Amino acid sequence: MTNKKLLQNLDWCKGCGVCVSFCPKRVLEIENEKCIIARPDDCIFCGMCELRCPDNAIYLQGGK
Amino acid sequence: MNASEITKKYYRADKLPHIWCPGCGHGTLLNTVVRAIDKLGLNKDDVCIVSGIGCSSRASGYLDFNTLHTTHGRALAFATGIKHANPKLHVIVITGDGDASAIGGNHLIHAARRNIDITTICFNNNIYGMTGGQYSPTTPIGDFATTAPYGNIDKPFDLCNLAQGAGASYVGRGTAYHAQLMQKLIENGIQNKGFSFVEGLSLCPTYYGRKNKKGSAVKMHTFLKDHCVDKKIVDKKPEMAENKIIIGELYNNQKPEYTDNYKVIIDKFHNY
Repeated sequence: MTNKKLLQNLDWCKGCGVCVSFCPKRVLEIENEKCIIARPDDCIFCGMCELRCPDNAIYLQGGK
Repeated sequence: MNASEITKKYYRADKLPHIWCPGCGHGTLLNTVVRAIDKLGLNKDDVCIVSGIGCSSRASGYLDFNTLHTTHGRALAFATGIKHANPKLHVIVITGDGDASAIGGNHLIHAARRNIDITTICFNNNIYGMTGGQYSPTTPIGDFATTAPYGNIDKPFDLCNLAQGAGASYVGRGTAYHAQLMQKLIENGIQNKGFSFVEGLSLCPTYYGRKNKKGSAVKMHTFLKDHCVDKKIVDKKPEMAENKIIIGELYNNQKPEYTDNYKVIIDKFHNY
């Protein structure tokens, strides 16, 4: 069991939808022009959202 | 180090969010620069980020290193001075396609010719974004811009070929989509003792994208994904290069470095 967490800084999110589209497990959605973590249980902590987010608004935190 | 720690350590977080439009590739490319510096374990005080004018050049203001935001096209001229004053600094220039190849075109070719130890990272979005979408020297033939309403007739520069031809010792091309590759190229560029030119293909959904009906930022990312091929693959199968943009490490050839050569002259006088 991983102790990683998927976190957001919504103040910086511009709702471009890049993370939503490149998430392989479709965890994220756009709601009211911001990204939301709609299905956190499906997240596999691959870090694609963090890699592609232009605004540092979504990131993984925690150990291995 | 995880992403939020990297953001806290290397960004001026009080200046965020940055001014770049939603989906702009520059944010992703800037993250690759920061991750590369973190991976190399460079001391923040030993790094100097220099930028000119344009969307890309806003980058220096968001980073917590020694930073210099200079006049249009002159980032490399300022960087040359900094490198001479303190050759131990890792001088990194963040510039755009217009800043590097139009207004600062001469500075680019002469910095490359001298092979001075500066890492130049060019965020190429094929347009002048900040001033309202005028065509730049890298806008492809036939594409539209506010100053090319009937299509651009100028042949675009291949910035990597230009830098290599002018004498750069390390040349690479990554994209905002190929972020891991881009990070690796920047790491290699910083480690290279000489002039390194890394072109990062960015995307401008607001001006270039809208004028040319390229769709959303996501579609433009997908375009980069589908239309780029790594040089390693092209070397084995040249037919793969057809209608594709070649990315990866394009040129790596060690040559004498400028500040080293300059020091030889200075030392000569010390011995008199």
